[in-house]
Amino acid sequence: MNSAANPLARPEILREPISSAAFGIVEKPLSTWERITNVGALRKFALLCVLAVIWEVYARSLSNPLLFPTFTATVDAFVKGLLGGDLFTKAVTSLRVLLVGYAAGIACAAILTVVAITSRIGTDLLELLTSMFNPLPAIALLPLALIWFGLGAGSIVFVIIHSVLWAVALNTHSGFLSVSNTLRMVGRNYGLRGLPYVGRILIPAAFPSILTGLKIGWAFAWRTLIAAELVFGVSSGSGGLGWFIYENKNQLEIPNVFAGLFTVIVIGLIVENVVFRVVEAKTVRKWGLQS
Amino acid sequence: MTDAAPLLAVRGVTLQYKTKDHLVTATYRVDFDVHRSDRFILLGPSGCGKSTLLKAVGGYMKPVEGEIRLKGEAVTRPGPDRMMVFQEFDQLLPWRTVKENVMFPLQASGRLPRKAAEAKALEYIAKVNLTAFADSFPHTLSGGMKQRVAIARGMAMEPDILLMDEPFAALDALTRRKMQDELLALWEGTRFTVLFVTHSIPEAIKIGSRILLLSPHPGQVKAELDSLSPTADGAAARVLEQRIHSMLFADAVEETAPERTGAHV
Repeated sequence: MNSAANPLARPEILREPISSAAFGIVEKPLSTWERITNVGALRKFALLCVLAVIWEVYARSLSNPLLFPTFTATVDAFVKGLLGGDLFTKAVTSLRVLLVGYAAGIACAAILTVVAITSRIGTDLLELLTSMFNPLPAIALLPLALIWFGLGAGSIVFVIIHSVLWAVALNTHSGFLSVSNTLRMVGRNYGLRGLPYVGRILIPAAFPSILTGLKIGWAFAWRTLIAAELVFGVSSGSGGLGWFIYENKNQLEIPNVFAGLFTVIVIGLIVENVVFRVVEAKTVRKWGLQS
Repeated sequence: MTDAAPLLAVRGVTLQYKTKDHLVTATYRVDFDVHRSDRFILLGPSGCGKSTLLKAVGGYMKPVEGEIRLKGEAVTRPGPDRMMVFQEFDQLLPWRTVKENVMFPLQASGRLPRKAAEAKALEYIAKVNLTAFADSFPHTLSGGMKQRVAIARGMAMEPDILLMDEPFAALDALTRRKMQDELLALWEGTRFTVLFVTHSIPEAIKIGSRILLLSPHPGQVKAELDSLSPTADGAAARVLEQRIHSMLFADAVEETAPERTGAHV
């Protein structure tokens, strides 16, 4: 009743913490199942299996290998193509052209963005060029490229550069602009200017955006490459994956067509989930710039 | 403690900056001298241009009139002889560990080769009690620890003058007091020169050896006082605090008085 008279008057409470030995779990290892489901790669693999089963069931119910071969037939054609056929050499040819174009596109983007970040007229130039050329489909330049560089790898590299350059440049530039002012001042405080400043402060600080640009550029490069190869082989006799798909369609070897598409998908999965994943883990995740 | 020539001489410095539609005068003809081993405080309410003044000493902006001289040479651009500690926690490079963050300016300015820079970095990391975290990345540290790394980074360069822009303002009260004590202990060890911006009068009295009071809109020198020794008793500190408070806010009280009576009616 005393507390009712003065509700605010409360005694002090003092307690001694109990030794942790007196109660149960402080930390406990996760169960095997919890640890397995925590691995992202395994979850994705499970999804892939489900998709493969759906494909198999649908193709079998359709039962028309000319329109839609089964998953097992595609894998069979894929493995045969890799081991005995020319699928492997075609994929290597495509990848080689792709990497040359991709690297050249990134180099052009690097030059353009460094010019853009160091001068106002450079910024204007970059903004103008990107707004002009970014919406232009790379494949639309192919006829022109054929006239300039002839029937061969040169033309394809040219259109790949076009498809990579603007995506990478745009993302890198917007990444540079979003670097915090404090970090900029820190860099200049160290006496850094010009290229060392860009290389040692701006690029790492803008890396999340740059990485996004690289991923988009990679996807654009693939699309452009396959589309261009569908029109003609990289060079006579040794075409790439697009040419492989086109040839097999003409011969009604539909499982091989699917195997060609399958190769593009597999390479895409590997690059996205292995190459870019490792780069992310070693950079932006490790630095806490991205969760 | 005064040498013949001051380490840092600020003479009649007027600073202006442009916003979208105004030209703002941040400080007007400010003079002061900082001597070696001073703990010199720029104190004033918000809007008195104290941070702008620090940025000008850092070389990030040019005075419209007047000049800033460090060891007799005019300050024209940022440089590692005036290391800066910012208020923000994001001043550490996220892509480098604590040790690499402290090493980086030593190497980037070409002052020391890798091995020597590493030894010096570890020495200063030990001084701020972060040896256990030397290989951690900044995003795993607390706010107070990040500021200690930033201070270690500034001190490891052994700059002519350490510029600190409200480095403890974003910390909680307990951590702030601890950091103030640590800063004084570090100063006892190496007697570096520091130019420290704050808007907290108790912090100025505690940390400073010399205090410059600035009035707002635009910042002008109101007074330059000696502070108390860190061992002075609380009563003396309260007297000085009251004195500074009345000097800084005497005008402000008069200005707002009519409004206040109006609000009470």
